[in-house]
Amino acid sequence: MALATGPPQQSGWLEERLGLASIRAFLAHKTVPVHAHTMWYYFGGITLFLFVIQVLTGTLLLLYYRPSPAEAYESVQFIVTRVQFGWLIRSIHSWSANLMILSAFIHMFSVVFLRAFRRPRELTWLSGIALLGLALAFGFSGYLLPWNTVSYFATKVGTDMAAAVPVVGHQLARFLRGGNDVGGATLTRFFGFHVAVLPGITTLLLMSHLALVQKHGMSSPQWAVEEYSRKGQPIPQMPFFPNFFLRELMAWYAALGVLGSLAALFPWELGVKADPFASAPAGIRPEWYFLAPFYTLKLIPSHVLVFDGELVGLLGFGLLALWWVALPFWAVSRQGVERTRWVTGAGVLLLAYLTTFSALGYWR
Amino acid sequence: MNEPRRNLLRWLLGGGLSASLISFLYPAFKFMNPPDIPEASVNEVAAGKVQDLRPNQGKIVKFGTLPVLLVHTTETEWRAFSGVCTHLNCTVQYKDSSHQIWCACHNGLYNLNGQVVSGPPPHPLEEYSVHIRGDEVVVSRKA
Repeated sequence: MALATGPPQQSGWLEERLGLASIRAFLAHKTVPVHAHTMWYYFGGITLFLFVIQVLTGTLLLLYYRPSPAEAYESVQFIVTRVQFGWLIRSIHSWSANLMILSAFIHMFSVVFLRAFRRPRELTWLSGIALLGLALAFGFSGYLLPWNTVSYFATKVGTDMAAAVPVVGHQLARFLRGGNDVGGATLTRFFGFHVAVLPGITTLLLMSHLALVQKHGMSSPQWAVEEYSRKGQPIPQMPFFPNFFLRELMAWYAALGVLGSLAALFPWELGVKADPFASAPAGIRPEWYFLAPFYTLKLIPSHVLVFDGELVGLLGFGLLALWWVALPFWAVSRQGVERTRWVTGAGVLLLAYLTTFSALGYWR
Repeated sequence: MNEPRRNLLRWLLGGGLSASLISFLYPAFKFMNPPDIPEASVNEVAAGKVQDLRPNQGKIVKFGTLPVLLVHTTETEWRAFSGVCTHLNCTVQYKDSSHQIWCACHNGLYNLNGQVVSGPPPHPLEEYSVHIRGDEVVVSRKA
């Protein structure tokens, strides 16, 4: 490969202007650890790849979408019925959103179980968790845009949960809805969040996250380091370019294959146009990534002691999120001893809670 | 690895990537091309009451999706033309001071037969028929 072996003569013009030599030198020195769990390194890249697909297909959908209650549903209907490949582009956008969140969750849990959040990678963890939060916000805001019955009621419930936050809840719900209830103002606002505010913040955070990954390099699991040090060897490394890059490219291709198959075989449904004066349909539920909190809230009684049930649930979720975000800081004791079992236990518990409650929320 | 085998692999990888890229770009370009939306064909519209437009006055009326300029030239005469300037698509207006049709965008002037008098318009304005039915003005396409 030309990039790995040195600059070709004809790149002199670009070299003078862009300084490609430094990039080439960086790529030549960047390596990736090779061990039994190297495969988990690919999920960060897959998440990024699916995000790029989101940006591209979202930009295409913007050419026809109209963000008003009178036209939103009809414009999406127009896209999927009249525009060439419109059904496919919309289906890819919806499926890749879901696969991106799934991939981000796999990436997060692999970081936990491989303990890649350890010092000095605390900020990489925090920026990654913030990116996952942004991905969920993308999902929540994008869900309303087709203005169908399910998305309308999901937004009503979601923004109503925000209203239960102590002290600022009412103001927060008003801010999200652009008024007292979900309506045209909410749709315009969510559209703005979805196509301008969230992409802007995500781009900045993503650049920080990637810069931190570059700065600290790929983390090797402690047990792999110890295993090789017992043999008196350093952990084997693979050149990032072209070895790891080409493997990552194949992983993207596989992800694309899964995405294309899902989008073509199971086109994303549009549903029925939202009617603010219609009753919520039976069996209504949110997207799979919100099913666990949705089902938990179903189980909490209306009052727990003197407190409102919704408030108790929300506080519980808040504390759980805070505890999870702070993982790199409680994973090591003050004496500097790693709480390995605590971390593994917490990861297994959270994974079990999310999968069990999501499944229960789906089927019950 | 010998050179012919390396070249074959290079071609396979490059060809595969190029084919993939084309298969992604084709639907994207097709998607960007807006579909033709057939408009309901309009042959005639009611343009208002006779008494609403005095002589030496003009107004734009909607003819389906197109603007049509209706001009009440004299007590007994009415004229109607396409309201779209043949230069660069601006909507024209009636100038009562000079009894001409004027396009404000590039100062194109047409007479009351729709012919170009001055300015950049390359073609005359398409003329429509005007009939009076009772007290109503009706504009229709010329046969």
